[in-house]
Amino acid sequence: MAPIFEQGSEWNLIAALLIGIAFGFVLERAGFSTSRKLAGVFYGYDYTVIKVFFTAGMTAALGLLYLNYFGIFKYENVWMPVTYVIPTLVGGAIMGIGFLMGGFCPGTSWCGVATGKIDAFVFLLGIGLGVLFYGITYEVLWEDFRVKTDVGKFTMSELLHVSPGVAVLIFIIFGLFAFWLVDKIKRDYNIKDVEY
Amino acid sequence: MEDKSKKFMNPYLAGVLLGFIIMAAFFFSGEGVGGSGAVKDIVKTGVNIIAPDYAEGSNFFRVSGEHGSSPIKTWLVFEVLGLLIGGVISGALAGRLKLMVEHSPKITSKTRLIFALLGGVFFGIGSQLGRGCTSGAGLSGMAVMSVSGFVVVAGIFGFGYLLAWFFRKLWI
Repeated sequence: MAPIFEQGSEWNLIAALLIGIAFGFVLERAGFSTSRKLAGVFYGYDYTVIKVFFTAGMTAALGLLYLNYFGIFKYENVWMPVTYVIPTLVGGAIMGIGFLMGGFCPGTSWCGVATGKIDAFVFLLGIGLGVLFYGITYEVLWEDFRVKTDVGKFTMSELLHVSPGVAVLIFIIFGLFAFWLVDKIKRDYNIKDVEY
Repeated sequence: MEDKSKKFMNPYLAGVLLGFIIMAAFFFSGEGVGGSGAVKDIVKTGVNIIAPDYAEGSNFFRVSGEHGSSPIKTWLVFEVLGLLIGGVISGALAGRLKLMVEHSPKITSKTRLIFALLGGVFFGIGSQLGRGCTSGAGLSGMAVMSVSGFVVVAGIFGFGYLLAWFFRKLWI
């Protein structure tokens, strides 16, 4: 029964390495080792990020739903984040600004480093400095704030008062609409491609 | 001119493959994938080596000693090592391995590097507060249909679009 490997076991670390290799390979294939392609999502010249990101989320959500339905996998046995509404939203906003300045997110910056992007390496150094700053100011700035508005392990199906299957269906319909919309925007406003 | 469609994988195919990789991470290890967790583990380990007394007194840097192992020998650190290897393999196959500072022709390399560093700092802080980054909190959170995952994605993209205008000179 999933998860297959015990936490902290050597086998689990080997699985981590192999999953990482596949993750890095696909990210790079999709073009995520270049910041100019990634930043394009905010300026309309390249919506690859939206398409890859939400397709991945929809696929994984649907797949895990089926595995759960067939009893192969239980949501209770895996990583499920507790939702702290306001700190998470603020954290997301800070990351959004970081994305606009740096053109990477942490996962893609590792990918950029792999293909020799010095800017990606500097971005990673920045993440380290950011974590260090957060750690040093932890007790003063963050310790109390980060646990505000705790609503527990809260799922979309609980929020929307629908079954887990319907929640995933809504997610998929929303995603397909987003794909249609971004292509329409690019077409209607005649946004040109950028060479990189 | 090079045909772009051949240069990169179809985004929907890449998305489906990524989705299966996330499922594999949950299925085999019960973990979500991530990019920032490893940096946190490395920074924590560094602080514990350089300033053990300070780390002991800090609620953030103190090592809880779970599994009695080093904080650097974690799932996320190994996953990120794999990420690097996978990136190198794909980049090599596509002929994209090249040491460079990539930036818009309208800005200098120096500007690019300063903002890359700043962007990283923001992501470092935000990912700690948001309990993970775009992939760790967002993608993995959405995969298990956690509200947290959707909130973090709304934060990143919502504020990204809201404030994109102010940073446009860096990119277009």
